[in-house]
Amino acid sequence: MAKEKFEILETTCVPLQLENVDTDQIIPARFLSTTSKEGFGENLFRDWRYDKNGAKIDNFVLNNPAYSGKILVAGKNFGSGSSREHAVWALADYGFRAVVSSFFADIFRNNSLNYGLLPVVVSEKFLGHLFKLIAKDPDTIVRIDLGQQIISLPETGESESFEINQYKKECLMKGLDDIEYLLSIRDLITTYELRNTLK
Amino acid sequence: MEPKTLFDKIWDSHVVQSIKGGPDVIYIDRHFIHEVTSPQAFDGLRKRKLQVYRPSRTIATADHNIPTKEQDKPIKNEVSRHQVETLEKNCREFNIEYFGINNPKNGIVHVIGPELGYTLPGMTIVCGDSHTSTHGAFGTVAFGIGTSEVEMVLASQCIIQPKPKRMRITLNGKLQKGVTAKDIILYIISQISAGGATGYFVEFSGSAIESLSMEGRMTICNMSIEMGARGGLIAPDMTTFEYLSKVVQEDLKPDFDSLVKNWMLLKTDKDAKFDSEKVFDAGKIKPMITYGTNPAMGMAIDESIPESAVNKEDNAAFLKSLDYMGFKPRKKILGHPVDYVFVGSCTNGRIEDLRAFAGLVKGRKKAPGITALIVPGSKKVEQQAINEGIADILKEAGFELRQPGCSSCLAMNEDKIPSGKYAVSTSNRNFEGRQGPGARTLLASPLTAAAAAITGKISDPREFLNN
Repeated sequence: MAKEKFEILETTCVPLQLENVDTDQIIPARFLSTTSKEGFGENLFRDWRYDKNGAKIDNFVLNNPAYSGKILVAGKNFGSGSSREHAVWALADYGFRAVVSSFFADIFRNNSLNYGLLPVVVSEKFLGHLFKLIAKDPDTIVRIDLGQQIISLPETGESESFEINQYKKECLMKGLDDIEYLLSIRDLITTYELRNTLK
Repeated sequence: MEPKTLFDKIWDSHVVQSIKGGPDVIYIDRHFIHEVTSPQAFDGLRKRKLQVYRPSRTIATADHNIPTKEQDKPIKNEVSRHQVETLEKNCREFNIEYFGINNPKNGIVHVIGPELGYTLPGMTIVCGDSHTSTHGAFGTVAFGIGTSEVEMVLASQCIIQPKPKRMRITLNGKLQKGVTAKDIILYIISQISAGGATGYFVEFSGSAIESLSMEGRMTICNMSIEMGARGGLIAPDMTTFEYLSKVVQEDLKPDFDSLVKNWMLLKTDKDAKFDSEKVFDAGKIKPMITYGTNPAMGMAIDESIPESAVNKEDNAAFLKSLDYMGFKPRKKILGHPVDYVFVGSCTNGRIEDLRAFAGLVKGRKKAPGITALIVPGSKKVEQQAINEGIADILKEAGFELRQPGCSSCLAMNEDKIPSGKYAVSTSNRNFEGRQGPGARTLLASPLTAAAAAITGKISDPREFLNN
C-alpha cells in the first residue's frame, strides 16, 4: 500500500532536551487498549503535557506556543523501552515527520522507518548546537534532504550528513511498502522453507 | 571456516535474502502475539486481502490487558475487553492457536513460550513485545518487534532487519548469598547504561551465567533490552536440555536425543570475534535496587544514591528522575518506607521467583502498611505454586496469590500503583508512570521484594536468609 513519500522537509523544530526518553513517556500504556492506529497524537507525552486534572503543564515544550514544527529534536537514546509502535503513531499523528537525535533505541528506529517517520542520527556536537540555536531562536529552520542524506541549517549554511540504509531510504522516498516487497520474494521464502524442514 | 559467534550462526542460517546495501530478510521460526500489538497488524492483512502465511508458527495469548482477579468473569473495562475479544476473533479468522483467559495454557507470552516447549535452541523468535529477548536463554535469536513487523511476519513469516553487531558479556566468579539473576542483570545494566548496548546482540557467558537455572537465565536475557540491546542469548547446555526434556512437545519426543546432539553445536567458536567484549566479576555483586526512572539507575542496596549522573549521562535527566522519585543525591534508601510490593512479570513471574519470595516470608507476616500483588506468570506457574504449597505459605503470611497476567508491570489493567506511592517491584521497568501515573518504582529481586513486604521498608534481604 502506498505511503506518503519523503523527500525534503524544511520546518521549524520542537526541542526536547532530555536523554533516555522512553516509549512509556511518548505514549503511556493505559492508552494502548484501542485496536486502531488513529488518534494517538492527543495523548502524545500525556503525563508530561497534562497534569492529573487534565490541565496543561506550562513548562512542557509541546505547550509552549513559541515552538512548533514537523521535526522533534530529542536527547540521546530516544525511544528506549517498550516495542510499542504506538509511540511512532502518536508522534506522526501529532504532526511530526522526523525525529533528530544522537542515537535512537533500535526497535523505535525500525518502527519509525517502517511507518514513515524519519529518524535522523546526528553527532552529539551537531545535536548540542541545534539545541542551542533553537533555544535562542525558536523560528530556526532545519532542512532534511533524504535523497542527499543531509541535515542543514539554511540560515547559517551548517550541515551534517546522516546514515540510512539504502533499502529503507528507497522505501521512504518512493512510498514503498515492506509487505509488498516480502510478497514479491515468496519463491525465495518457500525455497528457504524446503531447505529447512522441521526447525 | 572462519570462527563464528553463536548469534552469527543462528542469524546467518535464517537469512532468506540479503538485500544489497541494506538489511537481511530473516525467516522467523516462532511468532508470539498478544492482544495489544497485534490488532492493527490483522487489520492490515484484511485491508490487503491476505491470509496468514504459516499460521502454525504463530501462538497467541492474552496477557497485557487482563485482570488478575475473577478471571472467570467478563473483563470490566469495555475497551480492554474489546481488545481481548478482537484477538480471539482474529485468531479464529486466521486459524491461529489461541490461549485465552482461563485456558490452562494461558499466561504471559514470555513465560508460556518456554514452559510449553515452543521455545527451542537455534530458533529465531519474534513478538510485538520488547521482552521477547527472554527466549534467548535457550540459545535463540529472539527480539521484540513493532506492529508493522508483526504484520510482515503474519504475511510472509519473514521480517526485514539490519544485522546487529555482537557483544559478549562474560561473568565469572561465584555469587554471594542472597544475590540472584535479577541482581546480576541490574548490576550489568547499571555498568553499561540504558543505551550502552544499543545496536548489539549480546551473548552472556562465563561460569556465573552457566551456574544459573533456566529461570535465572530468562531473567538475564529478559532485561538485555534495558541496556538497549537488540536481544541477549546464552548458549544451550545440559541445564537447557534437562529443562527441555520435561517440556518438549509430543511430536518431537521421538527425536529429542538427535535434537540435543544438534543443539550441542550451538555455541560460539573459539576465537570468534565480537565487536565489543565486557567482563564482570560475579563475586562483587550485591543485592541491587534502582533509585531512578530508568533501569540503569541501580546500585547495591546498601549504597548511597550517586551525587550526579553516571555513565556520561545528562545531569538534567538525572535530577528530574530523582525529583520524580522523591529522592536526593548522596542519600541511602535502605530503610525508606515502601507502600506496595509487586512480584510477577515476564522478568520474575516464574515458579523459582515465587519459591524465593515464599521462602523468605515463610513464618513471617506481611508488614501492616504494605499492599502486595503476587502474580504468577502463567496458569501453569499458578497451579504449581498451589501444588507446592506456596499459595498456603503466602496466605499464612498475609499475602494472596492472584491469577496470571502482566499486571502491575505496565498497569494496563486495574493493578495500578497510586501516584506518589513507592513500589518495590520485580518487573523490568521503573520508567515514570510505568506502574500507574505518578507511581514510584524500585526494581529489585523477589528476595528484596520479600524483605520489603515483611518490613514495610527497603531492606537488605541477606538479613533474613539462613545460611
